[in-house]
Amino acid sequence: MSLKKVHDKQPETFEFTKENLELANSILKKYPEGRKKSAVMPLLYLAQNQNHNWIPLAALKYIGKFLSMPYVNVYEVATFYTMYNLAPVGKHFVQVCTTSPCLLRGANEIVKVCQNKISENMNTISENGLCSWTEVECLGACVNAPMIQVNNDYYEDLDKSSMEKIVNSLMEDKPLKPGSYRGRNNSAPEKNENKINGINNA
Amino acid sequence: MLKEEDKIFKNLYNNLGWTLEESLKRSDWSNTKEIISKGREWIINEIKTSELRGRGGAGFPTGVKWSFAPKKVGSRPHYLVINADESEPGTCKDRDIMRFEPQKLIEGCLISSFAVNAHTCYIYIRGEYFNEGRRLQKAIDEAYEKNFIGKNACNSGWDLDIHIHFGAGAYICGEETALLESLEGNKGQPRLKPPFPALVGLYGCPTIVNNVETIAVVPTILRKGAKWFASIGRPKNTGTKIFCISGNVNNPCNVEEEMGIPLKELIEKHAGGVIGGWKNLQAVIPGGSSMPLIPKETCETIKMDFDSLIAAKSGLGTAGVVVINKDQDILKCMARIAKFYKHESCGQCTPCREGSGWMWRILERAVKGEATFKDIDLLSDVTKQIEGHTICAFGEGSAWPVQGLLRHFRKEIDKRCFSEPLIKKKRNIPYLVDQHLLEK
Repeated sequence: MSLKKVHDKQPETFEFTKENLELANSILKKYPEGRKKSAVMPLLYLAQNQNHNWIPLAALKYIGKFLSMPYVNVYEVATFYTMYNLAPVGKHFVQVCTTSPCLLRGANEIVKVCQNKISENMNTISENGLCSWTEVECLGACVNAPMIQVNNDYYEDLDKSSMEKIVNSLMEDKPLKPGSYRGRNNSAPEKNENKINGINNA
Repeated sequence: MLKEEDKIFKNLYNNLGWTLEESLKRSDWSNTKEIISKGREWIINEIKTSELRGRGGAGFPTGVKWSFAPKKVGSRPHYLVINADESEPGTCKDRDIMRFEPQKLIEGCLISSFAVNAHTCYIYIRGEYFNEGRRLQKAIDEAYEKNFIGKNACNSGWDLDIHIHFGAGAYICGEETALLESLEGNKGQPRLKPPFPALVGLYGCPTIVNNVETIAVVPTILRKGAKWFASIGRPKNTGTKIFCISGNVNNPCNVEEEMGIPLKELIEKHAGGVIGGWKNLQAVIPGGSSMPLIPKETCETIKMDFDSLIAAKSGLGTAGVVVINKDQDILKCMARIAKFYKHESCGQCTPCREGSGWMWRILERAVKGEATFKDIDLLSDVTKQIEGHTICAFGEGSAWPVQGLLRHFRKEIDKRCFSEPLIKKKRNIPYLVDQHLLEK
């Protein structure tokens, strides 16, 4: 359960665009008849994508009507899950994993880079309006620690200097490629891959 | 050490390609129709003989779980739900299966759905794995095109639809009933058990929930035979398992190994040893953050399987091995884990909601050296108050790591928590006051 602040400046209305409306209707087909409520999570994602990566309250009301469920239930779901942003975030939303496996490999350094280059406090948009950052719990790429997620992409095997490069590129709105920053082959052991992975030997 | 030909996930590092065509070369989908034609009973019995235990953490025998589903479909349809909400710190195996071996998972879905009488299968993926989910969707589309799934899948006469549902960053949704709540469009708060999901699950219908790895190994077991699978590892702890070795090792990696491999071998051979050498090892968390840590002495001899680790008062969990060396502050590391549980508690049961915060605050004080000697007993007491008093296993998951710390590193904490209680007058009623909130 996370504490979330709802943004103080809210747009009056919200409606799905035509494409998103089609998408929403196709999502509804995934679930059995009479179970429209199940689609609330995917629809919240749609609303978030449409509205620059955050969900206004008007969208919650709209989705409630769309799925014929009470507004408060949509609100409940939107505040329960951490990935729904109820206040604006940067165009490049940097999420730094700081849970123990990443911490052991120096996630603190990564956080410091964010503090120095993006904004002093997390969840604050940088001065040029392009980036914001936050600390998150385990992102599930522990063998590639420390790592960050920028929007949907994982940047793995970081250290201070590579993190600085990445943040600089984000601040200039020319993001570098996601993936490993030590040239690693996914989750394979770096130095003794050949010894273990017989396929490479063959 | 596991022989190369016995490995189930041959493409764990994507050296061979993940597309359907490349998967066919690795004998995925080679005789699915034949397997299905042998019937439900045979499949469930084979899985029972193979002694496959669930790979999601609890280690419940999969064949037994499947046999709990009603034998005949009544008025309510059956569902199969795949738990891909992998959020346990230290674990990242399901991600690689979804990225690089998606066809194994999809084939497993078909066979398991047939075994439990389900025509619809939902795969619940954590929201952060957006790219992995998209990859899996592509793989599902490929399988639909070849008619491996869909109407009359693989000409077996069985219909199956697979849908992906994304979570949104809640650890608790890895708990099976919370996952079902989330899938129904509610907050992810666990349900009371019984009734178990096998009888009353998704939308009140019989539902079998399995981990990604469990389902992905099913086709290979049926193809190569239950005896083959049971011959790997030790009795009751059979087969292969993907271990994720992270933390202070030279080469952190995912690796498939046999169950019951000695921990030392796992770390030294596969992960390139502990940073600073074996003598620099402090402790290991053997099964993802909710399992108690084990100290160096135990690490020398311990075997990595469910029963050996339970005997050492820990557990295999999801096999996420987190290695902590002596350069690290063990208290700080555990305080961070406590913070994780405080953040992820769903807030339904009071002991867990409040207790996880207490544990974090006490540990945080201990890290700063501000804790009093009374705090340690209080901490131990809080863990006991949480354990067993919650709806789901999250309570245990948050209390056990702290208990492990107290069990093995009591001296370390004693050294750092020596001051007198801040408010001496009130110290006989410690439960009423959260001391750090009062002014010094």
